[in-house]
Amino acid sequence: MTQNSSTSLSTKTASSPSWSVESTAAGVCLTIKGKWTALTGEAMLFPQDALPPAKAGQTLTFDANGLDGWDSSFITFVWNVKRAAGQASLSFDSQALPASAQRLLALLPEKTEKPAPHQENKEGILAHIGGATLNTLQEIGTVSSLALQVVKGAVQAVRGKSSMRLKDLLVDIWNAGPSALLIVSVVNFLVGAILAFVGLLELRKFAAEIYVTNLVGIASAREISAIMTAIIMAGRTGGAYAARISTMQGNEEIDALQVTGIPLAGYILLPSILSLVIMMPFLYLYGTMVAIFGGFVVSMSMMDLSPIGYWLSTFDGVDLSQFAFGFVKSLFFAGFIALAACRVGLKAGRSAADVGIAATRAVVIGIVGVIALDAVFAIIANAAGI
Amino acid sequence: MSDQETLISVRDLQLSFGPKIIQQKVSFDLKKGSIFAVMGGSGCGKSTLLRSIVGLLRPTEGQIMVGGDDYWAQDDARRTAINRRYGVLFQNGALWSSMTVGENVALPLEMFTDLKPDAIEQLVRLKLGLVGMEHAIDLFPFEISGGMRKRAGLARAIALEPDILFFDEPSAGLDPITSARLDDLILTLRDGLGATIVIVSHELPSLFTIADDGIFLDAVTHRPIAHGSPRELHDNCTIPEVTAFMHRSASIPSQTEQKAEQHV
Repeated sequence: MTQNSSTSLSTKTASSPSWSVESTAAGVCLTIKGKWTALTGEAMLFPQDALPPAKAGQTLTFDANGLDGWDSSFITFVWNVKRAAGQASLSFDSQALPASAQRLLALLPEKTEKPAPHQENKEGILAHIGGATLNTLQEIGTVSSLALQVVKGAVQAVRGKSSMRLKDLLVDIWNAGPSALLIVSVVNFLVGAILAFVGLLELRKFAAEIYVTNLVGIASAREISAIMTAIIMAGRTGGAYAARISTMQGNEEIDALQVTGIPLAGYILLPSILSLVIMMPFLYLYGTMVAIFGGFVVSMSMMDLSPIGYWLSTFDGVDLSQFAFGFVKSLFFAGFIALAACRVGLKAGRSAADVGIAATRAVVIGIVGVIALDAVFAIIANAAGI
Repeated sequence: MSDQETLISVRDLQLSFGPKIIQQKVSFDLKKGSIFAVMGGSGCGKSTLLRSIVGLLRPTEGQIMVGGDDYWAQDDARRTAINRRYGVLFQNGALWSSMTVGENVALPLEMFTDLKPDAIEQLVRLKLGLVGMEHAIDLFPFEISGGMRKRAGLARAIALEPDILFFDEPSAGLDPITSARLDDLILTLRDGLGATIVIVSHELPSLFTIADDGIFLDAVTHRPIAHGSPRELHDNCTIPEVTAFMHRSASIPSQTEQKAEQHV
């Protein structure tokens, strides 16, 4: 007779869970006592090697007369016993257990199941690079054809034969324009103020404080306002477009459009892209003015110059071509942000998490793309001598 | 039924997502005037099959012949023209969320007909009236219930007088009474509009009532394992997977978990 008790009963109250195994003539008997609840008591483990040696084919039985209430911790324990019995080739007789526990046990497999492996991508590095290249090329093709369709749609819209609904365009224009004014104002004002502040400190060393008007004016008209406004719109509107389109994707609205034969480019993409392309240059011009005003406020408090003198000096120093350059850039930024956001939304998956991923991707691609585009413009401008 | 005209003929179709095969060797004929049921358990590819027939997913092998043409060999414009004869009701109605219910039904009419606005409004009211939704004409999709969204989706699907109506799980997520009403509505519309219907479902009551031909897809072997109407399959089919589906039996008694829960 082997006696094997995992807990010493003397230190526990009467309802504490306990168990013991003993060998009998027919096999093994496992005695269970106490209250087996996981949430109020303690979880019990059945060690792999706790079964006494028994011949294969013998039976494991239970004595559950002392059992006083149970929950899943008990089932966990008995399941471990069941698997240990299975390994020792004992047949498992659970008839002495409560009937409902038996039914739960019947649902559980005798052997531990291996977790199903994820689908692995076993292709080599060359295949990986090749695949990525092909994907990129294909993506460029897709985006180009989308852009082409949108341009066609825009031409149709001008001729008055568009599938675009005017209401959609107006809603999008409102969202991409007037409702973005506040954030565009705040950011550009602060950037202009910072430029003036830093510029003044440096220029003062050379007694060239008056050139702060040129610094603020040229920097904001040529670069900063265009980029800042584009970044704001990439975060604000680009993210919203991607989220909206990917939500439509999840709701099968895009499928419904395709099945009905309503062109996506005209119906979904055109209002989104057009509204941003229309509003962005105006936001840029407005942002430039606000930035110059920010510089003006700081300069007035830090240097001795009349207000009229500041503005005269600004318009003297900042050529109109600087504004034209920034204006054209902001057109391209708007087109890029809106097209990228729509493409990301159309490509997104169908779950709620995919909507978040799409919005994030649209914002990241928008911001990085705008800065990269700006670099390209700088190179072109340098070559063309603008 | 063999003397009837075949509208769509699916031949050895294979559907895959990347390397994963969803269904293969799918073949069936859709006869004019019939109600064709695509049956099978969850995840067997019923909806995927429907998507490939209506042009949303290109099959990896096989053909879908529509009026003698291979659907997927046509160019986009030709496929769009074929789709003009289709009406599709998606699982949750798929109403366009930026438009009212009325505008949803009106959009296909505005897009594909030269009707005057007041004629379109009359038609929209008619279609919405047929599905009992005329009162919701100015509501937005988020303002109405799931059952109403499906009915509005149905009104949109029949907007262009389609020859073939496709239903993706029409009764999923509806209570038994609402779903029975939808079944009745589908039958009435079939008789009234003379449309042919393809219905994807795992709901038995609706299948038995309305379908008169069908195919049973198996999720394990990724192939169709039986052809025939749900009634025939219920009465005569001996394939274990089909009988299990038709008689709603599973290896686990359904009350086990409930009783056990009371104890725990």
